[in-house]
Amino acid sequence: MILVGKLIYLDNAATTKVYPEVFEAMQPYFMENYGNPSSIYGFAAKSKKAVDDARKTIADFLGAKENEIYFTGGGSESDNWALKAAVEGYKKKGNHIITSKIEHHAILHTCEYLEKNGYEVSYIDVDENGVIKLDELEKAIKPTTVLISVMFANNEIGTIQPIKEIGEIAKKHDVLFHTDAVQAYGHVPINVEELGIDMLSASGHKTGGPKGIGIMYLRNGLKIGSFIHGGAQERNRRAGTHNVPGIVGFGKATEIAGRTLQERAEKESRLRDRLIDQILERVPHARLNGHRTDRLPNNVNISFQFIEGESVLILLDQQGICASSGSACTSGSLDPSHVLLAIGLPHEIAHGSLRLTLSEETTEEDVDYVIENIEKNVNRLRSMSPLYDDFVKNQK
Amino acid sequence: MYSEKVMDHFSNPRNVGEIENASGVGTVGNAKCGDIMRIFLDIDDNQVIKDCKFKTFGCGAAVATSSMATEMVIGKTVEEALKVTNVAVMEALDGLPPVKVHCSLLAEEAIHAALWDYAEKKGITIEGLKKPKNDIYDEE
Repeated sequence: MILVGKLIYLDNAATTKVYPEVFEAMQPYFMENYGNPSSIYGFAAKSKKAVDDARKTIADFLGAKENEIYFTGGGSESDNWALKAAVEGYKKKGNHIITSKIEHHAILHTCEYLEKNGYEVSYIDVDENGVIKLDELEKAIKPTTVLISVMFANNEIGTIQPIKEIGEIAKKHDVLFHTDAVQAYGHVPINVEELGIDMLSASGHKTGGPKGIGIMYLRNGLKIGSFIHGGAQERNRRAGTHNVPGIVGFGKATEIAGRTLQERAEKESRLRDRLIDQILERVPHARLNGHRTDRLPNNVNISFQFIEGESVLILLDQQGICASSGSACTSGSLDPSHVLLAIGLPHEIAHGSLRLTLSEETTEEDVDYVIENIEKNVNRLRSMSPLYDDFVKNQK
Repeated sequence: MYSEKVMDHFSNPRNVGEIENASGVGTVGNAKCGDIMRIFLDIDDNQVIKDCKFKTFGCGAAVATSSMATEMVIGKTVEEALKVTNVAVMEALDGLPPVKVHCSLLAEEAIHAALWDYAEKKGITIEGLKKPKNDIYDEE
């Protein structure tokens, strides 16, 4: 429900607008070059070339080889594939996976599924900034450990993990390293060689590409089998007719992301810092969640004491601002976000969290309008909060 | 996801505030779970609720159910107010999403807690009123 003629979209971690160039690049693959890339006739060659070109763009962007990139149906599929196929392919070595407590549910729920099926999972703690505890991680490695899966950057609080260090630990102990880079891809530089990454998941729609397309990077030589069985597509590792428009769109989005990454990150992080600094200055009893500097350039996550996140979201919606929260009410359960609890926030403070994720389209005027309305909304909700009343009375 | 009535009561909540020297005050809920409601009642000598105010920490549905519940008990006798159930509050709001039904339970409990406080202060017994749970999640 929008009461004002504005739309300030600050939920780019949920999904992004497709770049116009991406949309244009995809269009010919619906009605003109609609051939199946696996077909033999000349008409399908254009589709095949488009898929090959996109694969090359993505491989170059990640510092990988073309035959190490596999197209999937999205980030969740890639995460499922990585975990399930790794434990299957390396079952002779063991049945143990190491991950963090702040992973996306595509990882955590897959781990829970594997636990129910006899696998063992260690969930490593993070510090108050959401950075994984490397010493704990290393100590958790056993002879039966086959895989370490730690996200590149967190989707809620934006903290970027020490990926290179994790890669080194994994290599030292001869354990596979997978990273869920869905939030990081296109926003921070990633080089799989330099970082020692064996497997990586990414998704098109978090970086100006279309929804329903993802990739998995699989280092050559890994014993990772197929997850979706059927045809011989993707070198027998991922069946299903290629989503050619999606692949083309993901390729184009990657090309743009690569070209604009530095400039975009500078612009977004300047506005991000303005949001963080101004909100913390103007609203008392608020705290930043996530690392202050090792964080995604477009992520702001702040908790406001004495109020509940969903209420803030509804008020912001009425002001034309799209945001998200880690409160229980937005998760559909009684518990607030597992990420906010893992960084040590008490439940009642975790309920009052707000996530704002910027894009390159976000302007300074947008940011100032958002700051003003957040201050107004928090004051309004506190004025009707019994918790705030009790706090004020106890101070007297 | 919310009905227009819920949105209206959230955006323009009725009877927000406190009543000084209230006849009864009830607080229910749990910050851990994300909702706390506090209801203030002003009850006259004929056991008629003259005024009712609330303060709520919680989601859109929690605010809306508090607001609706205060409207529904004002002007009622204590006995009648007891019959304002969570189902009645939900119906008056044209329904709530399933995950928000507990908010309406909280509103009913908050009214009961305020009535219990009133009865204790007056040294009377209100027929049909059970001692409220301070925390509706106690049993979970």
